[in-house]
Amino acid sequence: MRFSNTLRVALRALRRNTMRSILTALGMIIGVAAVITMVSIGNGAKAQVEAQVASLGQNLITVMPGSFSSGGMRSGFGGPPTLTPEDAEAIATEVPNIDGVSPEVRDRSQILANGLNWNTNVNGVGPDYPYVRNWPIAAGAMFTEQDVKSLAKVALIGRTVADQVFPNEDPLGQTLRIRNLPFRIIGVLSPKGFSVFGSDEDDVVIIPYSSHMRRVSRRSNISMIRIQAATPEKIDTVKAEVEDLLTQRRRGREPDFVVRTQEELATAATQANKTMTGLLAGIAGVSLIVGGIGIMNIMLVSVTERTREIGIRLAIGAHGRDVLTQFLIEAILLSSLGGIIGVAVGIGGSQLLSSYNGWPVVVPTLWIGISVAGSAVVGIVSGFYPAYKAAQLDPIDALRYE
Amino acid sequence: MAPVVQIREIHKIYESGEVPVHAVRGVSLDIHEGEFVALMGASGSGKSTLMNILGCLDRPTKGTYLLDGIDIDKLDRNELADLRNQKLGFVFQGYNLLPRTTALENVELPMLYGRSRQLSIDEIRERAMHCLDIVGLSKRFDHFPNQLSGGQQQRVAIARGLVNKPQVLLADEPTGNLDSRTAVEVMGVFQKLNDQGITIVMVTHELDIARFCKRNLILRDGLVVRDEAVSDRTFAPHELEKLKQAETAAKLITATLT
Repeated sequence: MRFSNTLRVALRALRRNTMRSILTALGMIIGVAAVITMVSIGNGAKAQVEAQVASLGQNLITVMPGSFSSGGMRSGFGGPPTLTPEDAEAIATEVPNIDGVSPEVRDRSQILANGLNWNTNVNGVGPDYPYVRNWPIAAGAMFTEQDVKSLAKVALIGRTVADQVFPNEDPLGQTLRIRNLPFRIIGVLSPKGFSVFGSDEDDVVIIPYSSHMRRVSRRSNISMIRIQAATPEKIDTVKAEVEDLLTQRRRGREPDFVVRTQEELATAATQANKTMTGLLAGIAGVSLIVGGIGIMNIMLVSVTERTREIGIRLAIGAHGRDVLTQFLIEAILLSSLGGIIGVAVGIGGSQLLSSYNGWPVVVPTLWIGISVAGSAVVGIVSGFYPAYKAAQLDPIDALRYE
Repeated sequence: MAPVVQIREIHKIYESGEVPVHAVRGVSLDIHEGEFVALMGASGSGKSTLMNILGCLDRPTKGTYLLDGIDIDKLDRNELADLRNQKLGFVFQGYNLLPRTTALENVELPMLYGRSRQLSIDEIRERAMHCLDIVGLSKRFDHFPNQLSGGQQQRVAIARGLVNKPQVLLADEPTGNLDSRTAVEVMGVFQKLNDQGITIVMVTHELDIARFCKRNLILRDGLVVRDEAVSDRTFAPHELEKLKQAETAAKLITATLT
């Protein structure tokens, strides 16, 4: 018998019991829709965390002053800064697979410009800073290596500072006073928003770190070094090499620095998210299995209910295999149709959720494939036993069945 | 010419109960092309068992059965199914139509399982329509079984039995569930088919139904006790005419009474 005939027979059988078919498929639809929605929400949350982490900069490694002990007194992490600009220079020249290095000196002070004053973060950084932080410049340009060497009095300002101090004017070319020293504004940073820790990143003035250390804060140590690795795969090697180099430079003294990667920062946040996604997908998976059992149940009932029909088919010349194929096709059609509709409902549902709750959702293409294939497999598995049972019936017994 | 059905010393013993039941005890039978045979007997006489064996639904415990020269003992389950599909037509006692399936789709069913002939869906439809036409139901092709009367359902079943041009049409008490008038109509269909050369074997326990056939076999306790040609055959058109007259007479009587 041609396959198209079996297909036709199966379709007729499904159409004959439209209501039952719809209800059976409904189990599958709900299961798959739940999986898709849950995974979409989970993925959306993950994407949001990833976006926040990426806003720190890409493939970022930070070196922070660590604890050290002096005369038996141990300081905590982030104690008196012991990193030097020379450390940063050494990293830039000696460690391979690095795209950018920027030392950073942090300070807070009152600034004065345009007849207005404002208390803000004044950070001394290197020329690579916008690149390392993945922070484009909206207007003007970054200062250069030359500016760093000559302790130039130039500054770039963040969006918040620009709004506060130059509400109606173009800040470019204007003068800004930091601790009474005049700095020329050569650029405005593009808005970056809030950091992972909740502070306003745009409330900042950046100047060459050398000018900061010699002219503004008069410090000999820097607050941190930011390093950008060339590729995500290189992060761990770069981290190890930076640690080696700095340890070497300490000449046997106790290490007084900590090297952290962006991943480590992100891990905690991502981990919580993964657990949540796993939990949601687990619940959704259970409903998928329940849907599958529903199909098996209906197929079994259907075999019993249709015993006479099977008897008639066998009596007039159907092979056992024809009956098996017919029931299997019915089960697979029901479940994969349910799966496809479920995917559509799931996508629609997650879009609806995102438009009502503002939750970010990312519909995972991979899971669409998995759901449809999975529901077809559920169809095969749950359809096979009833179909096999039907195919083994004896025509005479089946015909006598009341 | 070789007989279409040739059985020799057929026995059938059911072992399922505590005591083995010897349902058929050595039946030998030849049925030639164009015959119209009625198998008769009381219940328990083995006629249904014999019918199942003739229909290749069951195998004899002992003895040989040649259908159109093919020894069915040598065939497996699937080959038997093919044989039933190609060489036999079935008309069951309880019609056995698929519920919620149109008359036309019911008639198409055997062709969907036809292995040797690969027909297109249009040919299948056309042939099913033709067979419905033969039994006089082509106007009701899109009706569901529950929208048809008993006689009409039985005629759909006959059309389904005919559709693969079988060697033998087997009918198990085809008039068992019908009133006498509808029974005569259905027998008329059988007679017409037989006139066109189709071999028919039917089971019945009604003597007046058996008289529509050409040959009567009477079974008792698993043996053929009588095998005779029908001398005074009844013909459906004639019988219908008589019924009509009787009805008219009955109406006249009720009319005069009231």
